[in-house]
Amino acid sequence: MPTKGKVKGIVSNLVTVSVDGAVSQNEICFIELGSEKLMAEVLKVNGSDVFVQVFESTRGLKIDNEVTFEGHMLEVILGPGLLSKNFDGLQNDLNKLTGIFLKRGERNFPLDEDKKWNFKPIAQVGDEVEAASWLGEVDENHQPHKIMVPFVMEGSYKVKSIAPAGEYTISETIAIITDAHGKDFEINMIQKWPVKKAINVHAEKPRPYKLLETGVRVIDTANPIVEGGTGFIPGAFGTGKTVLQHAISKQAEADIVIMAACGERANEVVELFVEFPELKDPHTGRFLMERTIIVANTSNMPVAAREASVYTAMTIAEYYRAMGLRVLLMADSTSRWAQALREMSNRMEELPGQDAFPMDLSAIIANFYSRSGFVKLKNKQTGSITFIGTVSPAGGNLKEPVTESTKKVARCYFGLEQARADSKRYPAINPIESYSKYIEYPEFDEYISERISPQWISMVNDMRTLLQRGKEVQEQINILGDDGVPVDYHITFWKSELIDFVILQQDAFDDIDAVTPIERQHYMLKLIMDICKSDFNFVNFTDVMDYFKRIINVCKQMNYSEFHSQAFESYHNELQNILAERKIKQ
Amino acid sequence: MTTKAFQKIYTKITKITKATCSLHASGIGNDELALVNGKLAQVVKILGDEVTLQVFEGTEGIPTDAEIVFLGKAPTLKVSDQLAGRFFNAFGDPIDDRPEIEGEEREIGGPSVNPVRRKQPSELIATGIAGIDLNNTLVSGQKIPFFADPDQPYNEVMANVALRAKTDKIILGGMGLTNDDYLYFKNVFNNAGVLDRIVSFVNTTEDPPVERLLIPDMALTAAEYFAVDKNEKVLVLLTDMTLYADALAIVSNRMDQIPSKDSMPGSLYSDLAKIYEKAVQFPAGGSITIIAVTTLSGGDITHAIPDNTGYITEGQLFLRRDSDIGKVIVDPFRSLSRLKQLVIGIKTREDHPQVMNAAVRLYADAANAKTKLENGFDLTDYDERALAFAKDYSDRLLAIDVNIDTTAMLDTAWKLFAKYFSPTEVNIKQEFIDKYWKQKQHE
Repeated sequence: MPTKGKVKGIVSNLVTVSVDGAVSQNEICFIELGSEKLMAEVLKVNGSDVFVQVFESTRGLKIDNEVTFEGHMLEVILGPGLLSKNFDGLQNDLNKLTGIFLKRGERNFPLDEDKKWNFKPIAQVGDEVEAASWLGEVDENHQPHKIMVPFVMEGSYKVKSIAPAGEYTISETIAIITDAHGKDFEINMIQKWPVKKAINVHAEKPRPYKLLETGVRVIDTANPIVEGGTGFIPGAFGTGKTVLQHAISKQAEADIVIMAACGERANEVVELFVEFPELKDPHTGRFLMERTIIVANTSNMPVAAREASVYTAMTIAEYYRAMGLRVLLMADSTSRWAQALREMSNRMEELPGQDAFPMDLSAIIANFYSRSGFVKLKNKQTGSITFIGTVSPAGGNLKEPVTESTKKVARCYFGLEQARADSKRYPAINPIESYSKYIEYPEFDEYISERISPQWISMVNDMRTLLQRGKEVQEQINILGDDGVPVDYHITFWKSELIDFVILQQDAFDDIDAVTPIERQHYMLKLIMDICKSDFNFVNFTDVMDYFKRIINVCKQMNYSEFHSQAFESYHNELQNILAERKIKQ
Repeated sequence: MTTKAFQKIYTKITKITKATCSLHASGIGNDELALVNGKLAQVVKILGDEVTLQVFEGTEGIPTDAEIVFLGKAPTLKVSDQLAGRFFNAFGDPIDDRPEIEGEEREIGGPSVNPVRRKQPSELIATGIAGIDLNNTLVSGQKIPFFADPDQPYNEVMANVALRAKTDKIILGGMGLTNDDYLYFKNVFNNAGVLDRIVSFVNTTEDPPVERLLIPDMALTAAEYFAVDKNEKVLVLLTDMTLYADALAIVSNRMDQIPSKDSMPGSLYSDLAKIYEKAVQFPAGGSITIIAVTTLSGGDITHAIPDNTGYITEGQLFLRRDSDIGKVIVDPFRSLSRLKQLVIGIKTREDHPQVMNAAVRLYADAANAKTKLENGFDLTDYDERALAFAKDYSDRLLAIDVNIDTTAMLDTAWKLFAKYFSPTEVNIKQEFIDKYWKQKQHE
C-alpha cells in the first residue's frame, strides 16, 4: 500500500501534505489536480506534515487534493536509445511531448520501447558477474553501448543463460543471472537509478592525465583540461560563456557529450537543436547529434526541475562512463541551479547563508563535481567524465558564494574577463588569472611530452611568463608614458600582444580558425615563441608598434588559412621576410 | 467584473497587511482571483483553511467585514482581433472610453513553449539606426532591453524602432509610465497612422504599483494570441521593467520573504525569465520579439535588476551621450546583440562581422588614446588618427539619429577606415580588404 496524503498548504510551488504513513526524504509523490498529476519531491518532514517541492505550476491547486507517494526517489531510466535525445530536467523526451506549449503533468517514457537493437553477448554462461559487469553490447549510434548488470544489484551472481546474438527490444530478457541462494534474475536492457546518488561501480579513481583536446587554443595550450578533469567558466553576462561552452562541446575529443542547459535561454538550446544534427564531429566525421544528449530545463521551465536537470545529466554520464567511454558533461549554468536551491530554501524559511543561499551550498557543489573523474573499471578498462560548468556571478563579482564554492573544487579555472570581451578579444579568458592545475601533474607532463613534445610545458610556461611581463610593462607605460620607458619595454609589450592576438584570440565563427588541432597549436606556439625569444633592432618606440602589427596581421592570416596550404605557406614566407628586416642574428 | 448569483460571500477578514489580507475559506485554488469589496485580489498562499490574498490596489480602507467573493479562475484576458487599436489597464479593462471587447477568455501567464518546438530566429529587424543594425543587429524572436539612465531618450528610441521595424502588431506594456510618456506613445502611434496595429496595456504612476505585476503577462497573452493563432510578427515593448521588479520587491517584502541582493526577492531571475522567455520564433511564421527598458541608477549594471536581466535577455542596448559630438549614441562597448551572429554576414553583406569588429576595436584604441591624453602624455600619430576616426564613427554611425540601410553603413565604415588607417592596421581578412578597400580608394 503506497502512502497517501492530502494537501494542507500551498505557497507557490512549496506544498505541505499531511500523510497517513511512512515517507522518505527526497521521495517522489504525485498530487492530483483534476485529470493532471503534478510530480513533487519531499524536502522536509515534520511529524505528519511533509513539505514537497512541486516540479510544475501549482495554479488552481486546492486544499485536500489527494497525494500518492511512490516509494522511490527521483530516478532516471537508463538503456540504449538515450543518445541524440532531447530531454527535459525530469527525463521526458521533449520531442515526444505534444503541442507547441508544455502541458502541465504530461510525462513520457524516455526510451524507444519498440526499437530492436542488435545485441552481441560479451559474458558467457558460468561467468561470475556483479553490478555493472558487461553482459553484452548493442551498437548505439556507433558507440558500443554495454548492457550491464543493473547497478542496484548487490553481491555477486553467476550467468545462468545469455541471449544469442540477435535483435531485441529493450524490455526483452537478454540474460538470466543467479545469486548465491540460487535465485534467478532476468535482465533486460533497462535499468533505473536515483539521480542524487553517485554510481560507484569502478575499481579505482586515479588522477587524470590525458589531454582532452578541445581545439580552443587558450584552453589546450595555456590551460589544458584532461579526460576526467573538472573545470569551470565564470563570467558576467556578455563575456561569451555560452559561445565558449558550445565551441568546446562541438570540438572536444569525447565519445559522448551531454549538455545540461540549466535555467538558461531557450534560444541557446534551440541553437544546439539546430546545429548539432548538421555539424560533423571533427574527430570521427559523424554527426555531432549522434553522440550528444541534451538535457534542457530553460529559465522559463519549472524552477524545481532545474536542480533535477543537472543530476539527471550527471547520472546519464555515469552510466556511459561505466561502459568505458569518455564522457564530456557541460552544465550551463550552475548558478541557476544554485538559485533554484535558494528559492526553495527561502520558501522553507531556512536560515540563510551568504547572499541568501542555503548554508550547505558549498557542500552540494563539491559533492556534484566529485561525481566526475577518470576511473578504472573492474574489468581494467577506463572511462571518464570531464565536467565543465559555467558560473554566472551576480554583478560580475567573483567574490560570490557560487564562484567561491566552485573554485574550491574545480581544477581548471577559465575566468572570462569583461574588459577583454569589451575590446572583442575572444575567447575572453583572462590569460593571467586562469589556470589549470593539471599542467603541474607529473603524469600530465609525461603524457604530453610523448604526445606533443618534451619542450611543450616549458614553452607554455615561457609564454605565460611573457604575458605576465607584458601586462606589467603595459602598466608602467600607462604610468610613465610611451617615451618614459626604454624601447625594450615596448618590445616586450608587443611580444605579449603577439601571443594574445595569434595564440589566445580565436574566431569561433570562422570555419578554419574555430578549431585548431593540437599539432597545429604546437606549430604556431613554436613559431610565436621563437619570435618572442628573438632580439629586434629598434631605435624608436613608434616603429615597434607598426612592425609588430604587421607581424600580427600576417600571423592572423595564417590562422585563417588551411594548415600548410599554399596560402598558409605564402603568409609564412611573408612573415620570414618581415622578421628578416629587424631581427638581430645571433 | 460582476459576481455571479449564489456565489459564496465571505465577510470575515482575519489579518490585514499593506498588500494582503487573510480569511478562512475552503475549496479555493492557488492563484485564484477574488474581489475584496470590489477590489481585485489574487490568492498567494493557502495554509489549511486560511487563505491569503494579495490586493492589487493595496488594502487602504478595507474593513475586517469586507465582502469577499472568489472568482474561481486565475487572471484572464479576452482575446480577439478587437484588441487591435485599444488601450487597457492592468486588468485588461478598456481605458479608452470604448466598449469592452468580445473574445475568448484566456488565462494570462500561460505555459512555456516546448524548446524543441521553437524555431531558430533568423529574420533581421532593420531599424536604420547603425548603432543597432551594424553593431547590435536585432532578430525577430529576440528579447533585448535598453539599459539607460532615466534622463536618456529611451522611450523615443524605442518608439522609433517599433515604427520602423516591419511587424504586424506592436504591443505596448507600460509599467509606471508617467502620464506624459503615456500620451507621448499615444501621439506617436496616432500620428504615424499605425494605431490599428497597436495594443496597449498601461499602468501609469497614478495607478497602484502592485497592479503593474499583471502588465507583462497581459501584453504577452495578447502577443501569443496574434503570434500563435494569427501567425503574426508581434513586437512587444515593455517599459520600464525596473519598476516592475520594484513592485515584485514590495510584494515579497510584505509577504515576509528573505530578500537577496539589493533587497530583491530571491526569485527575481525566474520571475524575469518567465516574461522575457516568451520571446519566440514559431515554426508557422509567427514571432514575439520583446524590446524592454531597464532604467539604471547612475549607470550601475551590477545592481540585481539589470544584472539578472542581462543574464536572461539576448544582449542589451546602452545609450550614452557622447560629449565629443553632442549626440546620444548606442554605446558600442557595452551594447551587445547575442543573436546578431544568426544574421550578420548571412542576411547582410559578407564583410559585416569583420567590419563591425574592426570598427569597434579601433574605437577602443581611440578610447585608450583619450586616456593617454587625459593623463597628459604625448599622442602618437596612430593615436591622433584613431581619435579622429572615433569622432567621425560616432557622428556618422553610432548616433541614434542615423537612418540608413546596412549596406550603406558598411560602405561608410570602409570609407572611414581608408580615410584614417592603412589596411594592416584594421586587421581584416585579406579577401575583404582586396574587395572593399581598393574600391573605396578609387572613389
